Amino acid sequence: MTSTQVAPARESHVVSSRHRFMTRHASWIPVFAAIAILVAMVIGAQIYFDGDFLSPPLISSILLDNSYLLILAVGMTFVILTGGIDLSVGAVMSFTGMFGASLLRDGLPSGVVAPVMLACGALIGLGIGVLVQYFDVQPFIASLAGMFLARGLGFVVSLNSIKVTDSSILWLQRTRWHFGDWYVTATGILALLVVAVGALLLAYTRFGRTIYAVGGNEQSARLMGLPVARTKLLAYVVSGTCAGLAGVVFTAYTGAAYPLNGIGTELDTIAAVVIGGTLLIGGSGFVVGSMIGVFVYGMIKTIINFLGVDQSWTRITIGGLLLLFVVVQRVIVARSARRR
Amino acid sequence: MSAVMKHRLFWPLVVLLALILLNTVSRPSFVRITVHDGRLYGSLIDILRNSAPLMLVALGMTLVIATRGIDLSVGAIMAVSGAVALTIIQDSGDPANPAVLAVAIGTAVGAGLVCGLWNGFLISVLGIQPIIATLVLMLAGRGIALLITGGFITTINSDPYKFMAQGYVLGLPFAFYVSLVAIAIVALIERRTALGMLTEAVGINPEASRLAGVRARGIIWGAYAASGLLAGFAGILYSSNIMAADANAAGLYIELDAILAVVLGGTSLAGGTFSIAGTVVGAFTIQTLKSTITFLGVPPAVTPVFMAAVVVVVVLVQSRRFRRFMGRLPARLRTWTSRTPDGAEAAS
Amino acid sequence: MENALPLVQVTGATVRFQSDTALDDVDFRMFAGEVHSLMGENGAGKSTLIKALTGALPLDAGVITLDGRTVQFATPHDAQLAGISTVYQEIDLLPNLTVAENIALGREPRGRLGSIDWPAMRRLAREALADLGLDIDPASVLATHPLAVQQLVAIARAISTDVKVLVLDEPTSSLDFDEVAELFRVIRELKSRGVAILFVSHFLDQVYEICDRITVLRNGRLVGEYLTTELLRIDLVQKMLGRSAAALAARPRLDGYEDPDPSVTLSARGVTVLPGIADADLDLVEGEVLGVAGLLGSGRSELARALTGVDRLEAGIIRIDGQATRLSSPRRALSVGVVYSSENRRTEGLIGELSVLENITLALQAQRGILRRIRSARQRELAASWVEALDIRPPDIDRPVGTLSGGNQQKVLLARLLALSPRVIVLDEPTRGIDVGAKVEIQNLVGELADTGLSVVFISAELEEVLRVGTRVAILQNGRVVDVLPSDGLTTDSLLALVARPEEDES
Repeated sequence: MTSTQVAPARESHVVSSRHRFMTRHASWIPVFAAIAILVAMVIGAQIYFDGDFLSPPLISSILLDNSYLLILAVGMTFVILTGGIDLSVGAVMSFTGMFGASLLRDGLPSGVVAPVMLACGALIGLGIGVLVQYFDVQPFIASLAGMFLARGLGFVVSLNSIKVTDSSILWLQRTRWHFGDWYVTATGILALLVVAVGALLLAYTRFGRTIYAVGGNEQSARLMGLPVARTKLLAYVVSGTCAGLAGVVFTAYTGAAYPLNGIGTELDTIAAVVIGGTLLIGGSGFVVGSMIGVFVYGMIKTIINFLGVDQSWTRITIGGLLLLFVVVQRVIVARSARRR
Repeated sequence: MSAVMKHRLFWPLVVLLALILLNTVSRPSFVRITVHDGRLYGSLIDILRNSAPLMLVALGMTLVIATRGIDLSVGAIMAVSGAVALTIIQDSGDPANPAVLAVAIGTAVGAGLVCGLWNGFLISVLGIQPIIATLVLMLAGRGIALLITGGFITTINSDPYKFMAQGYVLGLPFAFYVSLVAIAIVALIERRTALGMLTEAVGINPEASRLAGVRARGIIWGAYAASGLLAGFAGILYSSNIMAADANAAGLYIELDAILAVVLGGTSLAGGTFSIAGTVVGAFTIQTLKSTITFLGVPPAVTPVFMAAVVVVVVLVQSRRFRRFMGRLPARLRTWTSRTPDGAEAAS
Repeated sequence: MENALPLVQVTGATVRFQSDTALDDVDFRMFAGEVHSLMGENGAGKSTLIKALTGALPLDAGVITLDGRTVQFATPHDAQLAGISTVYQEIDLLPNLTVAENIALGREPRGRLGSIDWPAMRRLAREALADLGLDIDPASVLATHPLAVQQLVAIARAISTDVKVLVLDEPTSSLDFDEVAELFRVIRELKSRGVAILFVSHFLDQVYEICDRITVLRNGRLVGEYLTTELLRIDLVQKMLGRSAAALAARPRLDGYEDPDPSVTLSARGVTVLPGIADADLDLVEGEVLGVAGLLGSGRSELARALTGVDRLEAGIIRIDGQATRLSSPRRALSVGVVYSSENRRTEGLIGELSVLENITLALQAQRGILRRIRSARQRELAASWVEALDIRPPDIDRPVGTLSGGNQQKVLLARLLALSPRVIVLDEPTRGIDVGAKVEIQNLVGELADTGLSVVFISAELEEVLRVGTRVAILQNGRVVDVLPSDGLTTDSLLALVARPEEDES
């Protein structure tokens, strides 16, 4: 107990460097676990399909198919890190897609429409944040209202799907830059960019550190003079904005907007974030982990495709993995509570 | 009068009656009930009939919320139950055989119960937050339902099965009787045994209840089991109504309607004292609201916008901070108006 | 130093919570380079004064001056900016962040583009830690360190700004002996730098070891300010508890245990629930009231919880009627007739929104099980008879219990427990926070209960009450029962001497 005090043990450098790693990066362990699961799945699939599974185009397609989910997961990570939850993201993505598509149909240029879509998402996020922060409404109820609102508004725009013909929106998806067998689309780059920006925000700004502080202990964060109220509000705005951007990407991906898009996507997003090692009680987790979580999700989907079995197994497997991670988290939290 | 107003059912009933009044004024046919072949028809009868699945789910949700929990998986459980029942009936090759139906319904409801027990286990034994624990099943449940139906929408032709949602007994829809029986049984179990009081004690103050020797684990577990069981029955009614098991659409968003019905009925989301009668009124209110929205010419798909508004209003009314804010408003206005000479007199 | 102007001067501080006055016209001062202790029992107003001083609570009346200037703090953060930093008992840091962030967040060094300059932040943290002689990795996560280190990190944060006043609220309650020594070294170091330190602790030994000056509060009022060297330990306790200092000279010497009585209902041996009580022994005789006396932190409540199955025993054995009985839960304890009334009536006793009727029948109903519901008529009869027997007012069994006064709430809680016809009843501070009339009623009631053959454990911070009610008195020190004496031979003053005597056996 006292070894870390005044006179640290100098005898064993090997042990202490490992110890040092553990004390610095213990919260990365769930991320490594997610990576291990990902690797194990790939190896397992590779063996099962006699080496006929893994290929550069396949990996490229996982990023392509899940770029919208990746963007949503980044936003969700911010909210969950504060100890909240945002159930509205799927509906907001769908609504902004509908709204954007209808504006494009009316002849507005995509340079105007895309920012409007982001703003719509941000606005709904702001509303949820206000309910949570200033009226003490539980996050899941507040975001539920946001989900209802966005779902309904999507149908207000149109009951049927709207085809998107705008070339610059479609360009996001159609253009593929090839590097040998590998390829990447603008949506993929956009998603990776969001991950990078999210990671930098969380690691290198006061806003980011306050997000962690709020999730760790809101009261303490306030005592330290950190802007708690503004930060919590902003977390929902970030999530809403990401949902708006996901709306753009998803519209590009499907080439059309449909009001029933994205049902259940909020659950996929939460599952991906949790599998990626973010604690649901807040305060611990990484955007990069959420990215791994999304890749795990994508890999499960791909493998199930390869197996040719029913796609419903995706949901069941994700549910099972989510349960596994939640139980493990519960054990970790219980153990650290006992240590105190 | 004030005693009447203080009654906990007063405001929920006012909302329901106001809604009915609004409908009646804008279309007198709303309250008209006609008789065909000894059966009653009309908008109000439709509401009684269509509210049945919501009623069952909301009853279960009431018990869960009373323990300070939440059950997000009820919609998925409905999908599972419907899928189980219809798959059994379809595979039997004898869809009208009462024995087949009994097995199908029994198995389906049993599946719902198992789902509920699973949720209860995660929450009361493993100590996982209710939102997350039930989220797992919400996610996986529809997958399981799809698996049972083989990814298709299973349809059947079975008159007795159809009867449950669409049939009539003594002039009233059979589904309404199912609601009534469920309400009666739940009310009886909660109020004729000690379960209701002990549930409230656990929901209000878990630690004090533990010190008083209340077995909180069993009570919480039981609430989720009941919720699963009732959702199982709701799944049967739903599938009987459309004579199909649609794993994706069955019970979609019903958890939200149910939560709303419970809250509208005056039960706080913070747990504790609950009101079965309030939930009943709440469920009828939600169903009436939906029928109103439809009547207004709004496509049913847009209903969520209204629901969002209702959620926000109800939640704000329950929010202590908002009430404090509103409570201070008259005083603020008074100080503001008292600056003018007239206002000063009015205030005194 | 005596002649210097005080660094902090609080004059006429008054804080009211609705009708209660938590702090009543209190004067308080602190000098630079001195360690000052604030002493008092629960409810004396210590934490209220600290909160007022550190900006966590506004004063209803009174003035605070710092360095001669009048100050008003809207938030603790304001107080920090002015140079008053606080380290709370429950360490108010962020266990999920790094040590460096815990020290520097809120005024973290920024690089270009306004981003956090991590290397600079770690450097800053390392320097602040080095000041305290602490060599730990600033990049490590706080939660990976033992509590003592976390406490020092909190202090490092507090002093890494330009700190003038450092408030340490029960800093040693979770530290072991070596860790306390380390903390004291740091306190002395800060003292030599001219920081004024407010050290609040219930460990008298520690107060006497480190503090220069002591201010005593009682019932929200100032008792006085003393130099530690001029205040005898016994006088201090007497001032905290409000007893006259007469007849303290001759401390009675008494032996430990009496021979176990043949009619012992409950006997505890070696009962241990760390950190509260260690190796406590106790025998409870049929029909007696055993008063428990001890200072704050001596393990009063912990003993009560251990005896009644609320907290699991880490070691020790409890026998009921000579039979070893494992009280694994309150439910189990209730079923063998051992019942407990917590000192926290609201949070651990009553179900506020339920009616008097439901609160009274709750435990009985829980024992009978869900299905065997007590008939409504029987419930009402039962509740009404208890309401009458205990004179609960207003006599309305359908009223939510949360709306009753403190004394009546306590009676409802008693009724709940008595309805179980228990053999042993453990009452933790049953008269705290209730008015005098109700207090006497409850004291008399306890006596009557014992006359019917019930064994009562009566815990109270008021020694007078313990003596008045108890037939014997158990004296607690450091989580151990050091003496059990018949109350006949004791006066409040002699009991006070026993409670306050310094620990003789450090083992």
